[in-house]
Amino acid sequence: MNVWIAIGVTAVGCYAVKLIGLLVPEGVLERPLVQRLAALLPVALLAALTAQQTFADGHVLVLDARAAGLAAAAVALLLRAPFLLVVAAAVVVTAGVRALTG
Amino acid sequence: MTEQTGLAATEATEATVQTVETRGGDGAKPEGAVVRDALGVGVAVGLSGFAFGVTSAGSGLGLLQTCALSLLVFTGASQFALVGALAAGGNPFTAAAGAFFLGVRNAFYGLRLSQLLALPRAVRPFAAQWVIDETTAVALAQPTRRAARIGFTVTGLSLYVLWNLTTLLGALGAEAIGDTGAWGLDAAGPAVFLALLAPMLRTTAERAVAGIAVVLGLGLLPVLPAGVPVLVAAVAAPVVLWAEGRRRADDRPDGQGKTDDRRDGGEAGESEEGEEGGEGR
Repeated sequence: MNVWIAIGVTAVGCYAVKLIGLLVPEGVLERPLVQRLAALLPVALLAALTAQQTFADGHVLVLDARAAGLAAAAVALLLRAPFLLVVAAAVVVTAGVRALTG
Repeated sequence: MTEQTGLAATEATEATVQTVETRGGDGAKPEGAVVRDALGVGVAVGLSGFAFGVTSAGSGLGLLQTCALSLLVFTGASQFALVGALAAGGNPFTAAAGAFFLGVRNAFYGLRLSQLLALPRAVRPFAAQWVIDETTAVALAQPTRRAARIGFTVTGLSLYVLWNLTTLLGALGAEAIGDTGAWGLDAAGPAVFLALLAPMLRTTAERAVAGIAVVLGLGLLPVLPAGVPVLVAAVAAPVVLWAEGRRRADDRPDGQGKTDDRRDGGEAGESEEGEEGGEGR
């Protein structure tokens, strides 16, 4: 049930935000500070999410195969690999490290 | 600025957009070319719904729940964030808040698109669902309003159909596999975030925000309820903006972070892996 609540709230919120952008008159969101904040907010969230999903296990910080996978993704990004290849590199390396270390 | 972020995010998402960008400036563009560019983006990104389906099912969401997310939310980063937070045991509202804040950028895309596409009011509620990174990037790259409309529609339609189809396949596949961890599929989520993040780390301000957010997100994890540290980490954005404003007021007329050459992917790797050392820069 909790999951459905989360899905419902997220769906409504995300759709509302998209619609507001299309409906709002010009000038309301045009202030440079608002624009800067909107550009920086995803940076903060994505960075925190990347770190957490790589180094967290519940409430504990861990260093495991996922870190190797993320490093592989970073290398793939450096080499300008396409998106799917970046994800695949992370998955394959993580699985490989797990298989080797048991 | 927003447009840059849009293009950047999409660049991370697939190489196809380069075709869209490189052809620019040839005035009237044949409709076939617009459709081809749009389909290229739609198909390339649409396929990554597979990664979402696998991640979501691996996080313990049901098939129906996973598909509902792709159908109703339809903005990738938010979907990944939500299932990640739920998997970590966050409460539904905290998890939804994180996903919602990630989706806020779409409002700014909508703003750009409403001027560009000049959609009739009656169409807007239907078009709204497709206002995301990729459709915005393709539409903004077109030379005329008509081409922008075609680009937006074709990208939106192809991406929506494929994203949902591959979400279903990914979820089914994950259920067939069983233990997604053994296959390393739990690394797909963070890899997606990193790919979205990398092209956004162009300026000092952006890197500072990322560094502070990483420190806050990891540092507060042991002490705060699941999902909350990510929301606290978002504070890094206004904090850095405020510091920037202060510095500029201190008589540096060009106190802007300068956009430098395109080695940003490298810093992305660094700032992510330099966790233990705190913020690398």
